[in-house]
Amino acid sequence: MKAFLALIRRDLAIAFRTGGGGALGVAFFVIAATLVPFGVGPLPELLSRIAPGMLWIAALLACLLTLDRLFQADVEDGSMDVLALSPVPLEMVVLAKCIAHWLTTGLPLLLAAPVMALTLRMPEVSYPAMIASLALGTPALSLIGAIGAALTAGMRRGGVLTAVLVLPLYVPTLILGALAVNASAMDLPAAPYLMLSGAITLAALPLAPFVAAACLRLAIR
Amino acid sequence: MNLVAENLRVTRGHRTVFAGLHLTLAPGGALILAGPNGAGKSTLLRILAGLLPVKTGDVRLGETPLREDRAGFVDKVLHTGHLDALKPAFTARETLAFQADLYGAPPERIDGALDALDLGFLADQPVRVLSAGQKRRLGLARLALVERPLWLLDEPTVSLDARSAGRVAQMARDHCAAGGMVVAATHIDLGIEGAARLDPASFAPGEDPAMPTRDDAVLDGDAW
Repeated sequence: MKAFLALIRRDLAIAFRTGGGGALGVAFFVIAATLVPFGVGPLPELLSRIAPGMLWIAALLACLLTLDRLFQADVEDGSMDVLALSPVPLEMVVLAKCIAHWLTTGLPLLLAAPVMALTLRMPEVSYPAMIASLALGTPALSLIGAIGAALTAGMRRGGVLTAVLVLPLYVPTLILGALAVNASAMDLPAAPYLMLSGAITLAALPLAPFVAAACLRLAIR
Repeated sequence: MNLVAENLRVTRGHRTVFAGLHLTLAPGGALILAGPNGAGKSTLLRILAGLLPVKTGDVRLGETPLREDRAGFVDKVLHTGHLDALKPAFTARETLAFQADLYGAPPERIDGALDALDLGFLADQPVRVLSAGQKRRLGLARLALVERPLWLLDEPTVSLDARSAGRVAQMARDHCAAGGMVVAATHIDLGIEGAARLDPASFAPGEDPAMPTRDDAVLDGDAW
């Protein structure tokens, strides 16, 4: 347990000292969401209609931004060997890194989302559903993303490949997240979509670390 | 607790690097891997560390077979590779503090490990300002931090000055004297008395891919 917490602390420290922590992901999220009114025009009805989907797409892209370095940096500098030979199972190493990734990517998005919702004129009634959908859905982004990141960890320029591999796997989370917000905007219950979104996260929680660890074993050969 | 490897065969790409490799190492023994580039020294060390899968043959440390009980095997092994596994943003002390937590080593050993490699005065400097040799030493500090019977050292003295290389050699000698085992790929003499030498290239298959096992080349750790 001590080693597990040390792993999370280490990745958080690396994120804060070298990448500005979650600030970079949030800045990207804010810019991506701000681009929408420029692209589609400032009509409030139009913006509030597409806001949930745009917010979620911006969240997916912000998550991808830091994903390709999740394991690659450790494989390149030999740290992955040290991690793989530690008494901590590689699956737990992956889980710790996913948690650190979520804390520096998913959590800051949750905090920045209301500001972006305001910019995109999302109806106030959907704010709770939006926060809940991001809270339940973004952990799945880190976990599923870890599989793609582990697959490309041994490659020099695996970033784009990671995105190509991972983005299709994000589709269910995107659909359910955006549906939950849309439903609440139309005074329909958001709970079914939130529960399904949470179910994806819960399914990914035990499965993704095993798949990603298996990929990492190949990457360090 | 002997280290025994039997009938190891390794292919990288489509090329068989070596086949039918045997080695044994008794407590207090050392084995120097020599041989030309590409002979399979690093590969052999990574197999013995449990980083590469054993496809044919068998590796045991005492009663612990690598293939069946990797976790138990890896708990007895410490491997230092070509790469120092350092993060530029961490200080030397933070680097070792993390490794101590990860490997379950007592934190009291951190200062001793830094001093063992003459890094005490750099303890609170970030890794990014260290020189290549200092980084190398910090990469090797894990040897003094974590207690494991079998050391697997891949070119430990690269980019070290003569004095630091001497320190590392002394650490390896002390480890053997205390009953530990060292397998090192190195081109300098670590000065371990009775250390055996092994060239993985001598197990490289020639024209005949089904080369027979070279029993005459089996190393016997009991002699030292």
